Amino acid sequence: MFGKLSWSAIPIDQPIPLVTGAVVLVVIAAVLLWVVVRGHLPYLWREWITSVDHKRIGVMYTLLACVMLLRGFADALMMRGQQAVALHSQGYLPPEHYNQIFSAHGTIMIFFVGMPFVIGLMNLVVPLQLGVRDVAFPTLNSVGFWLTATGALLVNISLVVGEFARTGWLPYPPLSEMTYSPGVGVDYYLWSLQISGVGTLVAGINLVTTVLKLRTRGMTYLRMPMFCWTTLASNLLIVAAFPILTATLAMLILDRYLGFHFFTNEAGGNVMMFMNLIWAWGHPEVYILVLPAFGIFSEVVSTFSGKPLFGYRSMVLATMAICVISFMVWLHHFFTMGAGPNVNAIFGIASMIIAVPTGVKIYNWLFTMYMGRVRFATPMLWSIGFMVTFLIGGLTGVLVAVPPADFLLHNSLFLVAHFHNVIIGGVLFGAFAGYTYWFPKAFGFRLHEGLGKAAFWCWLIGFYVAFMPLYAVGLLGMTRRMQHYDVPEWRPWLLVASLGAIIILIGIVCQIAQLVVSIRNRAELRDRTGDPWDGRSLEWATASPPPVFNFAIAPDVSGEDAYWAMKQRARQQGMDDARPDYRDIEMPRNSPTGFICAFFATIMGFALIWHIWWMVAAGAIGAFATFVVFAWRDHDEYVIAAADVARIDQANTAERRALMSGAA
Amino acid sequence: MSDQSFEPHATEFAPGDEGEGQVRTRILGYVVGLGLAVVLTVTSFFIAGTDLVWQPSIPVAIIVLAIAQMGVHLVFFLHITTGPDNTNNVMALAFGVLIVVLVIGGSLWIMANLNQNMMPMDQIMQMQR
Repeated sequence: MFGKLSWSAIPIDQPIPLVTGAVVLVVIAAVLLWVVVRGHLPYLWREWITSVDHKRIGVMYTLLACVMLLRGFADALMMRGQQAVALHSQGYLPPEHYNQIFSAHGTIMIFFVGMPFVIGLMNLVVPLQLGVRDVAFPTLNSVGFWLTATGALLVNISLVVGEFARTGWLPYPPLSEMTYSPGVGVDYYLWSLQISGVGTLVAGINLVTTVLKLRTRGMTYLRMPMFCWTTLASNLLIVAAFPILTATLAMLILDRYLGFHFFTNEAGGNVMMFMNLIWAWGHPEVYILVLPAFGIFSEVVSTFSGKPLFGYRSMVLATMAICVISFMVWLHHFFTMGAGPNVNAIFGIASMIIAVPTGVKIYNWLFTMYMGRVRFATPMLWSIGFMVTFLIGGLTGVLVAVPPADFLLHNSLFLVAHFHNVIIGGVLFGAFAGYTYWFPKAFGFRLHEGLGKAAFWCWLIGFYVAFMPLYAVGLLGMTRRMQHYDVPEWRPWLLVASLGAIIILIGIVCQIAQLVVSIRNRAELRDRTGDPWDGRSLEWATASPPPVFNFAIAPDVSGEDAYWAMKQRARQQGMDDARPDYRDIEMPRNSPTGFICAFFATIMGFALIWHIWWMVAAGAIGAFATFVVFAWRDHDEYVIAAADVARIDQANTAERRALMSGAA
Repeated sequence: MSDQSFEPHATEFAPGDEGEGQVRTRILGYVVGLGLAVVLTVTSFFIAGTDLVWQPSIPVAIIVLAIAQMGVHLVFFLHITTGPDNTNNVMALAFGVLIVVLVIGGSLWIMANLNQNMMPMDQIMQMQR
């Protein structure tokens, strides 16, 4: 009846996951109770859960990323704590639990923090920057988000029901095959990534189509803000690379569920094919994450330097070059696994070449700041912190791209330090810069500046204290993923690293405090103009938060930095007093399709993990029926009358005019 | 969206969308495509089972026929043309082909090379005994 599921799946004997799970359940129950008792449920359902508005979906993606960041960081703290005490001893985490923690940490941080964070920011900002009213496929967008949330939910369920994979964040066979991992851990990994992978793929298709097909009048490709270009490149990579991941994981699923032999040692299988295919996805994946971050830094550096981006066209070229070259370097993840010198040399050289367009970008940002009037607001601090940190990470990356050096450094903590250096210093700092920069656009008030700066300094210092020692201890020969060790020379470095993790923890506490304080003081931090940072691109041309239709009149673009040009014109000629010709606007209707599909996908995923076949059928039929009902819907848009558009837009224009005359 | 200015690229068609043109010519196009596809499919099955052609050429012939089949599908069913209204589709196709060539070609090269540098499996088994 319930497949492999029984009461023994609940880890009664392991206090850490049990207590954590209980606390999380109590928190969730309390939040739900509060929502229901205060009568917010209809509002949440109408305005958020069923919303197909790209801004709302973007906010929900970002919120998911922030919540999962707390989970992933809790795992990181536990690992640092374990390695700080586990000299000549077992520490406080048994090996099977420690292995789950490092696997969950990597999986969560890449798939459920990095991906939703950058997809959320792209969703929120790109249609605004292009001057359009929504993404190309609004309901599909909602489906994509909810499927990503399903994946995150399944990973978290594994904390209290069953176990998570013990294989590392990429489940290399033969360890991940049924013979060596008979439990449900790898299945949790596989199904949560298959389901959220579908979500990521539709988000990618959606954003590519949006950039290619929906641009306002005059917004030619070479007038798009840099963030739109990096979005295009990143989503092209999603569309090209995620099917490889899905196919590879599907083959592993066939191996595990139906006794196939794709990656086994027997019957003609080849373990190396898994390494090859997973990295053919895995290397583009890191550029999927970091390219949008590069776009955010381009916007932030240009805005806070008060100058157009230096070398716009070289930046576009560099972005697209990275997009293509990122598909030519994947072997550098397994230099040591038997390839001959000619193969290693070619892929090593390609890996060094990809540093060139990245270097071009760094110089462009530096020259954008040069001779500018740089304002050191929080987003700018993140950007400068990024430039220094990412440079160090990039250089250690070029070092490990040299095959002979990689033979020494492969799987050492040096490598761990390198990729945290580029992912924290690149992706996460970029995400935080974008979060601070676009928060007023999304919610209509700025974030508290002082606490934001405190968070930045804690993160920056904490990062260096936590990861520089790992470079050193990696050179001393410590390999990654060690549950305990017997070399006393490593101990001091690991103690310093755990101190760094604590400093980062203070940074995260500052960020939570910043959010709470900013919400309490939102009246003072209110952004009435829609343009709190003196911005340059079109998202600042509308109110904060933007009305549901984004722009009452489609903006007309005649050059790069569209909104900056409009402001210049208004300063010279005064604001245009003519009342625009408002028209009716048709907007897509909200739809619960995404949420219901994800509900059934959750049931199906959980049932597949535990081999409960009748429930698999129920979930699959439910999800398909939801899709059919949606496809037969014939009433999919509603009209906002011209008079309402005029009322909303005039209120915003009046506010802007009052502030402008007050300032002048 | 009622606002016409919001559809600036109305001249471009998605694959499968026809702008104008007679129904008869369109049906003719699909029939020609179907005919070519059937001929190519039947030929591949015939060649695979026959001994009329030189045996080692059979895989090459099947690969050529498969590529021709893809071309027929792209032109007659997906309506890829070289016209200016089709730039996005052609670019997407080119990018897709590039990625497929890189990943499949790269994988073949890598896997062949791995095996060259490994001892044959039966010898490893011998050593374990």
